[in-house]
Amino acid sequence: MIPRKHHKLLIQGITGKQGTFWTKAMQDYGSNVIGGVNPKKAGTDHLGVPVFASAREASKTAPFDIACMFIPPMMAKDAAIDACEGGAKLLVCLTEHIPAHDVMEMHVAAKANGTRIVGPNTAGIVTVGECFVGIMPAFNDRVFKPGRIGVISRSGSLGTLISLNLAQEGFGQSVFYGVGGDPMIGTTSADALRMLDEDAETDAVVLCGEIGGNAEETAAEYASTMKKPVAAFIAGRQSPPGKKMGHAGAIVSGGKGDYASKRAALEKAGVAVADTPSQIPGLIRQRLKAA
Amino acid sequence: MNFEEHAAKPLLARYNIAVPKSRLAHTPAEAEDAARQIGPCVVKAQVPTGKRGKAGGIKLAGTPAEARQHAEAIIGMTIADWPVEKVLVEAQTAIDRELYLAILNDSATKGPMLLFSAMGGMDVEEVAERDPTAMRHFAISISDGPTLAIAQKAIEGLDLEAAGDELTATILNLYLAYRELDAELIEINPLVVTKENHVVALDCKLTLDDSAASRQKATAAQAAPERYTDLEAKAAAAGLKYIELGGSVGVLANGAGLTMTTMDVIAHYGGKPANFLEIGGEAYTKAKTALSILLENPNVKSLLVNFCGAFARTDVMAEGVVNAWEELKPDIPVFFTIHGTGEDEAIALVRERLGIEPYDLMDDAVKAAVAAANTRSPA
Repeated sequence: MIPRKHHKLLIQGITGKQGTFWTKAMQDYGSNVIGGVNPKKAGTDHLGVPVFASAREASKTAPFDIACMFIPPMMAKDAAIDACEGGAKLLVCLTEHIPAHDVMEMHVAAKANGTRIVGPNTAGIVTVGECFVGIMPAFNDRVFKPGRIGVISRSGSLGTLISLNLAQEGFGQSVFYGVGGDPMIGTTSADALRMLDEDAETDAVVLCGEIGGNAEETAAEYASTMKKPVAAFIAGRQSPPGKKMGHAGAIVSGGKGDYASKRAALEKAGVAVADTPSQIPGLIRQRLKAA
Repeated sequence: MNFEEHAAKPLLARYNIAVPKSRLAHTPAEAEDAARQIGPCVVKAQVPTGKRGKAGGIKLAGTPAEARQHAEAIIGMTIADWPVEKVLVEAQTAIDRELYLAILNDSATKGPMLLFSAMGGMDVEEVAERDPTAMRHFAISISDGPTLAIAQKAIEGLDLEAAGDELTATILNLYLAYRELDAELIEINPLVVTKENHVVALDCKLTLDDSAASRQKATAAQAAPERYTDLEAKAAAAGLKYIELGGSVGVLANGAGLTMTTMDVIAHYGGKPANFLEIGGEAYTKAKTALSILLENPNVKSLLVNFCGAFARTDVMAEGVVNAWEELKPDIPVFFTIHGTGEDEAIALVRERLGIEPYDLMDDAVKAAVAAANTRSPA
């Protein structure tokens, strides 16, 4: 699901410092924030919207489509389950360092309630020029310009860099889809690739991957069925094996999840793989011309 | 975080999984003394890595004198780069069959996965690779846990009936341990059936979820120390992720993805990154601490600061770097490239206070930093 202007957005943890800063940024950009959650401030208003005791409570008078969590890791599971039970179609989970067993329970609740989780540990989604959910610099017009290239990234910072590279070379973006740096994420790179493949506003897709796991290999399988051009950059070629490179999911262990296997899988699927992020716009131009 | 056998096995015992009697020894004399109490024993190197037997770190001893000799040989060994500082002296077990049992977090199913094999012992990975049917997999629902029926299915048809009840109980108990300890992986290899048809865990590998450490304090305190360099230990204490890499171009970036990418681009242009150090997420206010640790590495000949801020505000990070730079006055060139949240303020700050013009293109900044490091490094 790609967030749109008409989607009703509920912010869990809206009254905190980060919740306040980013909710305001989302509102200014055009996101339709209809309320927030903080059990201690239920009944008050914040940033011009009502604050509810829970997402379930909100759903009674202010039904929502998307929930976005600004919630610390140890409280994230309860908040996520609350959002699922409150009827969120999409739950954007920004929180990093949620215990893995809690994440598994979140996925069970999501499945039972028909919620799609994006993340954990995602920087969010930008529907460029329309709305955004999360902590991406959507409002920075040197990074994000409305256009027709979709960007998928496990990392917010790398996704920002690639979007900037595209913008510097005159390519605007349709959607930035941050899937998250955790090992057990709700929406995979392959899922995001399918969404952008089906999106009429997107002509080509850039996949920003990293070492660890098999998300790129699975995405490659889907990419091989696509008509739209796909270019990719995989971070971590120089990273030593056996070390977690910041993200919990970015680790090469027992020879699995390494750079070479990801690159080989993507190239076999016909994806143009860049050596540096700055090569991405050129590869996209080439592929679009050939298409 | 990982646990050595001597720390992991008492946890199994707490969940009613039988383990042999044992004592930890730090010296050959202690090992001899332990063997005197325990009787015929196994002397086992205590390091948080596998393949100890193959490395010669596990030896049978019939007498206390023999236990002492083995301890003398094993203490001081290096196994997979880990120095052996202690041994576990454990009672010998009369083994009939060696099995394999593990429960782990599975990212494909986003839930727990139970693994069982009747071909446990050394080389179980290789066996499973050659014959995928040798390892049985069961996806477990995290809300329901494994049922007795699943545990029975795991051991079905393997001619283990005589020990069947103890085995299924061990499977269910191990799952309890996995859940209550917030394990990423809990593995018993070998899980043995003794000649008297009892089930005993002869080893245990435990990896606890780092993200759960704050609610597993007592257990986490038993974990094996991480293998850090002095600077890595200092960074960890400050809550920063820093990994030394041996090259000459210092890297300071925000976010795991951007930091890895910066390292890759440095290598692409013929340089070698000196470190991984990211100050994204909540760490973005720690730029000053980060920089001072990075500069303590004598191999660093130039510094590349690459910020692409989303959640992390580049103006806050840049201010930290500029403050630290003015205070530490390092004798190396520094190259900046800054984009994203707060970039105008950040760029102005670097320009005004350090008199340095940040590069608009990351590649240009990387090339300059690599050239500077290569000029200043002895070939």
